[in-house]
Amino acid sequence: MAEKELKTPLLDELENGPWPSFVREIKKSAAKNAMARETLGQLERSYEDRISHWKHGGLVGVMGYGGGVIGRYSDLPEEFPEVAEFHTYRVNQPSGWFYTSEALRTICDIWEKHGSGLTNMHGSTGDIILLGSKTEALEPCFADLTEAGWDLGGSGSDVRTPSCCVGPGRCEWACYDTLAACYDITQTYQDELHRPMFPYKYKFKFAGCPNDCVAAIARSDMSIIGTWKDSIQIDQDEVRAYAASGVDIEAEVVELCPTGCISWDGEKLVIDNSECVKCMHCINVLPKALAPGKERGATILIGAKAPIVGGALLSSVFVPFIEMEPPFEEIKELAEAIWDVWGEYGKNRERVGEFIQRVGLGNFLEEIGLEPVPEMIAHPRTNPYIFFDEELEEDEDE
Amino acid sequence: MAVAQRKTDIGPPDYRQFLHPVIKKNYGKWKYHEIPEPGVMVHVAESGDRIYTVRAGTPRLLSIESIRLFADLADRYSGGYLRWTSRHNVEFLLDDPKNIEPLKKELNDHGYPIGGTGNSISSIVHTQGWVHCHSSASDASGVVKAVMDQLYERFTTMDLPAKLRVAYACCLNMCGAVHCSDIAILGVHTKPPTINHEDLPKMCEVPTLVSSCPTGAIRPATVDGKQSVEVEDEQCMYCGNCYTVCPAMQINNAESDGISIWVGGKVSNARTEPKFSKLAIPYLPNNPPRWPEVVDAVVNLVEVYAKHARKHERMGEWIERIGWPRFFELTGIPFTKYHIDDFKHAGETFKRSTHLKHTH
Repeated sequence: MAEKELKTPLLDELENGPWPSFVREIKKSAAKNAMARETLGQLERSYEDRISHWKHGGLVGVMGYGGGVIGRYSDLPEEFPEVAEFHTYRVNQPSGWFYTSEALRTICDIWEKHGSGLTNMHGSTGDIILLGSKTEALEPCFADLTEAGWDLGGSGSDVRTPSCCVGPGRCEWACYDTLAACYDITQTYQDELHRPMFPYKYKFKFAGCPNDCVAAIARSDMSIIGTWKDSIQIDQDEVRAYAASGVDIEAEVVELCPTGCISWDGEKLVIDNSECVKCMHCINVLPKALAPGKERGATILIGAKAPIVGGALLSSVFVPFIEMEPPFEEIKELAEAIWDVWGEYGKNRERVGEFIQRVGLGNFLEEIGLEPVPEMIAHPRTNPYIFFDEELEEDEDE
Repeated sequence: MAVAQRKTDIGPPDYRQFLHPVIKKNYGKWKYHEIPEPGVMVHVAESGDRIYTVRAGTPRLLSIESIRLFADLADRYSGGYLRWTSRHNVEFLLDDPKNIEPLKKELNDHGYPIGGTGNSISSIVHTQGWVHCHSSASDASGVVKAVMDQLYERFTTMDLPAKLRVAYACCLNMCGAVHCSDIAILGVHTKPPTINHEDLPKMCEVPTLVSSCPTGAIRPATVDGKQSVEVEDEQCMYCGNCYTVCPAMQINNAESDGISIWVGGKVSNARTEPKFSKLAIPYLPNNPPRWPEVVDAVVNLVEVYAKHARKHERMGEWIERIGWPRFFELTGIPFTKYHIDDFKHAGETFKRSTHLKHTH
């Protein structure tokens, strides 16, 4: 291709300023790669026109998979022929986004050979995003990725790529092994991940403690959030050391405890653990002195999603406490029971959370075979429109 | 026809091969951590071993040239071990504290700032925007760059009352935890889709399209003798769901697309329960390349929060304490009818008590 001079005055402005510049990143690849160069050209056009110049497009992918590649086409293909086809791979990231330099170089070499050289580290769901591939390159690139030990993530109405926090890899608050759980669940559901068969997407997210660094409660259909049942571990010497170093234990810890279950007399910190809701605040403020209890596991919550279609939802409690040991059979049994019910009765593009809103949590629990418990609700119903079971009505007739 | 030796369904590589030896040895046996300075953490294991983390901000969109740079830096300073955070920061895992300063210097020299820990503004989680998305109402990377240029020192310091999580999504799909962020910047469409009646019958299934509309605003119609649809404009809330299922329903509009600002969400359970972000500013214009109206609005929110919130109070907790009337007063943001919910269960968001401060 002839080297036309590419002028991008609007984007060039975004090379200024202290924050690292995505324009500089695109230019780094554009120096060697025509697709990256035309990405820059088309993006400049969007900055002039104030509109996207990408079209979503029909079904593209690799053989035998229904997900993992997002089809994308330019609406200015004559002007930018190199990005006329500009598909995205979602490459399933390792648990906790841990890498070695060698592993990263392997991915870079594959992507230099087959695509634009542009990536996202990482996409919103957690995948390594390889941005911009031609249709003809999809299969060869996939072959090189799998040869090197990498596979595609989810897209469309399938299990989306599970993700997890750093967990026991580097966090003292991990109440279960998030990295192992994420890896195990991902490997177990490879078929569900690559071949969309659900009404809509299904996301798992694994957070090691209630700080929820992977936003599980906001973003996943199944949020597995670490917690504990027994007493917060206290090192009184370290509490006193914090106080001596200037931490106002009364104002910063005692008064901010949501259940008022902590007291401090200047010598000893006392926690009434029967009142503690495991919010993490005191532990966050005094990490050297306090730690989660020893009887650890997770709370399972279900149904979170972003707004499209019926409004955003946070996950809500499904199982108040569960032990989290490999092979995580209870998680799998619950997920599969949910898929059975939702798979049969869910509407097209209806997330599990929306499905539960439509059929009622009580009915949903009955189908799954879980007993209702008060931990599942903020408060009981306030309206009197109860759908009584037939048997109950008959009883009342007697 | 059989395909020879084609590998599928192998799943991600086993993470254990990527763990630093100190992490492998002390896996699950961490005792506590400290943040000696912004962007640097030390995690101490029960064994007494220490692992040092140096965290740097990235623009999320990375060239393989930069990833190779990070790999080289990891080889030189952290035994080849590194990771990313859920907010696009790159982290180098060091066993020798002597490597912290030279690594920081090299990262800074290459333009990647050290920070994002503790009571800071970490990198902005964001979407593709005009770089790669079909339904984006605005760009993502450009807005994020413009905002972070102004908030740079909030990344490299830890002086805020609490952590402040900013997220950006380029349309109502809200990819990323935008709906639960301290400050959320959200691209919005404000006009119903433009229907291409020529392409529609060729590209889309009418029943699927009709049922995609959450408000039932789309009806089958015959236009110029062809099967197509019509939109009841008053019922359209510009969600773009129809455009996602049918490319002939163009939702992008250069004249009327813009950006809204939301506040007070959180995902952590610390102190108060997780919360949704709530509307602060319904519409700001799309003004590339630097979106000055959006940058000013976000900086104002950060500064007012930093000045008035108490220690450990997240944005949403601060607003709940002072009340929404005072929030609008302190920030100078006009309150409009658009702030009042009129979607499902709207009544639950109305004030249903006389608990008012009457500050005016």
